[in-house]
Amino acid sequence: MNQLATAFSIAAAYLREKKLATALNVLLLGLGVGTIIALVLLLAQAEDRMERDSAGIDLVIGAKGSPMQIILSSIFQVDIPTGNILAADAAPIISSPMVKRAVPLALGDSYKGFRIVGTSKDYLHLYQGKVAGGRLWEKPLEAVLGADAARGTGLGVGAEFVGTHGLAEGGGSEHGDHPYIVVGVLASSGTVMDRLILTDLTSVWELHEHTSPPAMASAPSTPAKQNTAKDVNHQHGDKPGNKHDHAHDAKPTPAGKVDDHEHGEDKKREVTAYLIQYATPLAAVSFPRAVNASSAMQAASPALESARLFQLVGVGVTALKGFAVVMMVCAGLGIFIGLMNALDERRADLALLRVLGASPTVVVLSTLLQGAILGILGVILGLIIGHVTADWIGQTYAASQRLAIGGRIWITQEWSIIGGALLLALVASLMPAWRAYRDATPELLAAR
Amino acid sequence: MDTLVFMEDVTCRYGGNASARPRIALPNINVTRGNHTLLLGPSGSGKTTLINCIAGLQVVQSGRIEVAGADMVSMSIRNRDQLRGTMIGMVMQRLHLISAMTIRANLQLAQRLASRRVDNPLIERLTEALGIVDKLDRFPHQLSQGESQRAAIARALVNKPALLLADEPTSALDDKNCSAAISLLLDQAESHGATLIVATHDDRIKSRFANIVLLGAA
Ligand SMILES: Nc1ncnc2c1ncn2[C@@H]1O[C@H](COP(=O)(O)OP(=O)(O)OP(=O)(O)O)[C@@H](O)[C@H]1O
Ligand SMILES: [Mg+2]
Repeated sequence: MNQLATAFSIAAAYLREKKLATALNVLLLGLGVGTIIALVLLLAQAEDRMERDSAGIDLVIGAKGSPMQIILSSIFQVDIPTGNILAADAAPIISSPMVKRAVPLALGDSYKGFRIVGTSKDYLHLYQGKVAGGRLWEKPLEAVLGADAARGTGLGVGAEFVGTHGLAEGGGSEHGDHPYIVVGVLASSGTVMDRLILTDLTSVWELHEHTSPPAMASAPSTPAKQNTAKDVNHQHGDKPGNKHDHAHDAKPTPAGKVDDHEHGEDKKREVTAYLIQYATPLAAVSFPRAVNASSAMQAASPALESARLFQLVGVGVTALKGFAVVMMVCAGLGIFIGLMNALDERRADLALLRVLGASPTVVVLSTLLQGAILGILGVILGLIIGHVTADWIGQTYAASQRLAIGGRIWITQEWSIIGGALLLALVASLMPAWRAYRDATPELLAAR
Repeated sequence: MDTLVFMEDVTCRYGGNASARPRIALPNINVTRGNHTLLLGPSGSGKTTLINCIAGLQVVQSGRIEVAGADMVSMSIRNRDQLRGTMIGMVMQRLHLISAMTIRANLQLAQRLASRRVDNPLIERLTEALGIVDKLDRFPHQLSQGESQRAAIARALVNKPALLLADEPTSALDDKNCSAAISLLLDQAESHGATLIVATHDDRIKSRFANIVLLGAA
């Protein structure tokens, strides 16, 4: 213990003497560790969220388009949907015995940036949703808020609000004459459900059936492109540039499946997507094919699309990680070179230490401790950089997408990163320590 | 009085070119405990070599060296380190202070390496007597040669060693500081009953010692 304290005082003095080199090595190590930690934090959280959000969902049926977009828009609620499908079209497919549960989703409106989702109570089963206050909806235009949505909008049970056309905050016209009433607030589930406003499917249908074309025409005249982004799933047929229009006014889709547009309202009712739970694993073989056979519908597998997404993201992540590892290795080399150079300068010091009675242990420790101190300082800096960066990215991203990702968490992977960085610093000082041991012969002083 | 330092028939040989290796024969000495001895000889007469032999810092070819009854020649390196740390205080000719540390830290380090408590009052007393107490918080490169030499003398004294070895401790000092430094060495040795061996070619301090061992041609 005594020897350790003595060695520490020597190591500290040596590091202090070379402030610039010390600072640079710590900074380099800190940047490397910080980059990896930020990446790992963000990835782990994203993966965790994706896993929880898509747990229990075997397949999603949406309008023809990119399967990735279907998954992103209907499960994770981040992208815009590919369009809508007719409930009547989907009915025969979802009534298949291979389907255990089919949860409908109707998107299109939002309130203060929180998506209003018309669905069935089955949606709550998917995420083990529990009512924290109030009750579930019983009739149209009754809404239940997810925990984050309740906090974000400031609405409580009994409050009324008017949905806005479009999924983005502040965009689109209001359904002024049809206010929703909040009847319940859900407990936090740590899933996508927390940031949604849930209501019965029929609410969305009613709202849009009663929204007459003139009301739509009076919507702010935004350029077509923007319109698409915000209102792509509002199938009233009066909006230019809407590519996914299978609407009741029957703009003909390429396959021309919309042949029942002059039948009753029921036939025209639309759903954005169905979240499907299989009754049997065997369904995975034939069911998606059956869906895709229908010209208007597209099957998308969450597992497949998530894997694809991570593959895409993975390239960038691997590159960034490689860059960070290079930084760390450079820091290790810096420590190694710094200690080696210092040894040459301090040969006489080492011999003197022995003359003063220092054991070889103290001499070796004083060198190893220099590496260890640099490693520890670098790791501390790296932890700060990593968590602050993750939090900053989380805040920036969360602000636009309402995703709860941040840097104020600790994951077990961080321990191995810390261990790796410390090991690197220690390994970098092994060889200098051995040289110090070898050079610290007091005979050297006599022999000069 | 018992013998503290005993050397008999010691020869040393420095490494390097085999044919050019001079064999250095050192005088026999027998220094009793508490004695103050001056090793006097011209440059190259082997004073530093002899001091290093006593401190266990020299590779010896033949002969016997005993310090406090222990055989320095056959002793393990670890034990020699320990003996040096605990009972020997050295002022080296090529005085060496650790440049990364202040004078105070240099003195404290000597105490730590000897497994002693840091004794700041003692450090201040010693440096006061040597006239460098105001330099304690400076780094070695901010000191003059003579001040550095006095700092090295202070370092040799901080552990109150039983055996004080000083190799040319006054070479860089003016008359006043030379006298003060020798007085301090003698006083400290006297007050702790320590044995003092000073090697020098400096005739100024000849008169301060009763026992003088002559080396080489001198
Ligand atoms: N490292 C060395 N390699 C070879 N020869 C050496 C070495 N060190 C000393 N010598 C030789 O050993 C002899 C004794 O040297 P030493 O340093 O003991 O003399 P000294 O009396 O201390 O001289 P000075 O008063 O100049 O310090 C000298 O002849 C010197 O040349
Ligand atoms: Mg000499």
